[in-house]
Amino acid sequence: MRGPRLVVNLVLLAVAVLFVAPLLWLLTASFDTHGSLAAKVPGDFTLANFGQILNWEVGGRPLVNGLLISGGTAIIAVIVAVLAAYPLSRFQLRFRRPFLYTVLFTTGLPVTAIMVPVYGLFVRLSLVDSLWGTTVFLAATALPMAIWMCKNFMDGIPVSLEEAAWVDGASSLQALRSIVLPLMAPGVAVVGIFTFITAWGNFFVPFVLLLDPDKMPASVGIFSFFGQNGLVAYGQLAAYSILYTAPVLALYLVVSRWLGGGFSMAGAVKA
Amino acid sequence: MRRAPRFGVWLPPLAPSIVLLGLFVAGPILWCFYASFTNSALSGIAARRPKFVGLDNFTTAFTSPDVAASLWLTVVFVVLSAVVGQNSLGMMLAVFLQHRGKLLRGVVGTVVVAAWVLPEVVAAFAIYAFLNAQGTLNEVLGWFGLSQNWLYTAPMMAVVLANIWRGTAFSMLVYQAALSEVPSDLVEAAQVDGAGPVRRFWHVVLPVIRRTVVTNLMLITLQTLGVFGLIYVLTAGGPDNKTRTLPLLMYEQAFKFGQIGYGTAIALVLLVLGAVFSLVYIRSLKAEV
Repeated sequence: MRGPRLVVNLVLLAVAVLFVAPLLWLLTASFDTHGSLAAKVPGDFTLANFGQILNWEVGGRPLVNGLLISGGTAIIAVIVAVLAAYPLSRFQLRFRRPFLYTVLFTTGLPVTAIMVPVYGLFVRLSLVDSLWGTTVFLAATALPMAIWMCKNFMDGIPVSLEEAAWVDGASSLQALRSIVLPLMAPGVAVVGIFTFITAWGNFFVPFVLLLDPDKMPASVGIFSFFGQNGLVAYGQLAAYSILYTAPVLALYLVVSRWLGGGFSMAGAVKA
Repeated sequence: MRRAPRFGVWLPPLAPSIVLLGLFVAGPILWCFYASFTNSALSGIAARRPKFVGLDNFTTAFTSPDVAASLWLTVVFVVLSAVVGQNSLGMMLAVFLQHRGKLLRGVVGTVVVAAWVLPEVVAAFAIYAFLNAQGTLNEVLGWFGLSQNWLYTAPMMAVVLANIWRGTAFSMLVYQAALSEVPSDLVEAAQVDGAGPVRRFWHVVLPVIRRTVVTNLMLITLQTLGVFGLIYVLTAGGPDNKTRTLPLLMYEQAFKFGQIGYGTAIALVLLVLGAVFSLVYIRSLKAEV
């Protein structure tokens, strides 16, 4: 049994090396005065690349815009999804199953495929180049997953706790706010963080729906930087990438510590 | 669970979701069907008063060598990078890592997931630098005299590898979760009967996780169909349109050339392709059950 075991370990190590190789460049070039496209130990260690990115025009505004768009998306999606999850989790409604199946099916829909008609709709509604319009649209595309996750988290909270409140004459919304929400706070946080990470990384939606460079979030800002300077200032591009990645990396670590990794993929994907 | 209460109790909390999903998701899909029959455009007369042009957009789309070529490239991209690449590599990693030490699991898992957590554009930069003429890969291959500009000599291979690198973590996490729920007495019984590791996997584990395999294939196929940023950063559809998949062609026609109606017809081709893949997967489940 020792032979195959060794082979498997070697294969795993080889995969790890292949996966880490493209990442090395981000780290080495960002701290190198003469960063190139190949990963090598910085000959001239520096933090100047970060300094050059951290001005309002290049790095500041896109990161703030990204924060506004992704934060807004997460807040809207969480509120709307929690509200929708309540009747879906607690009441016997005739259309419950078809509604949930539609939601589940929509989670898989590639948003790219509907961007042309969405752009047409935004032209009609005069929402093109509007931060609000983009944020609400991103929230709508995040809703199917958010509703699905919220409903699953809510199903895990025993109804018996609310029944007492119902007997005391509390309305559904009161029961939701004072009993269910506090109990599912960690779940709500997970849904919010998941939505934020997805919106933060979304490139195509703001790229299509926003026009003014001053309104672009970091996903598009860094792409413009790549188009204008990226082919010269590799060190700065790598530094910008790290700066832009840091928030989602931190949030991912928080969530995976909480749930033991993988956004509790088991419950989300089981058919 | 309570019996269905009055209309006024369950509808208000659901209303915001129904409005948002209806306006921004269902509406655009339906509009896809309508607009693809018009000559609507970004500017000019056609922008204000789109005319009904019947099947013109589809005739153009299906007789156009551009769409046929993009459709083929999209199928190649999805099959190689998602169905074959991400799915097999993810499953292999999950199986190999199942009974390894904590250290190896931690290292390999972290590295694979790191590529997945990166924002799409950053992942594309990393691969761009890696495969570039002056990139890391060529530094290594240069020792053997094999260096070349991969993004030009093998563009489709480059975007396929990029998507495998970026997406494998998803399949790996799905299969790790599925494998942990395979009853261990089943596997042990097969072991006692003398089945080797390969036969145990093929005849015991795989049938148990069959539904997960199909679900995973469906999810990664639909995700990969919509990939835009990764390809746009790496090759922008070039060189010589060799990586211009349907999303890139759609973007080019609709937003660069302002042909909204035609772009919508291409979007519809993309949606139909997704539906075809999904139907194949769903049928494969039904056929076996």
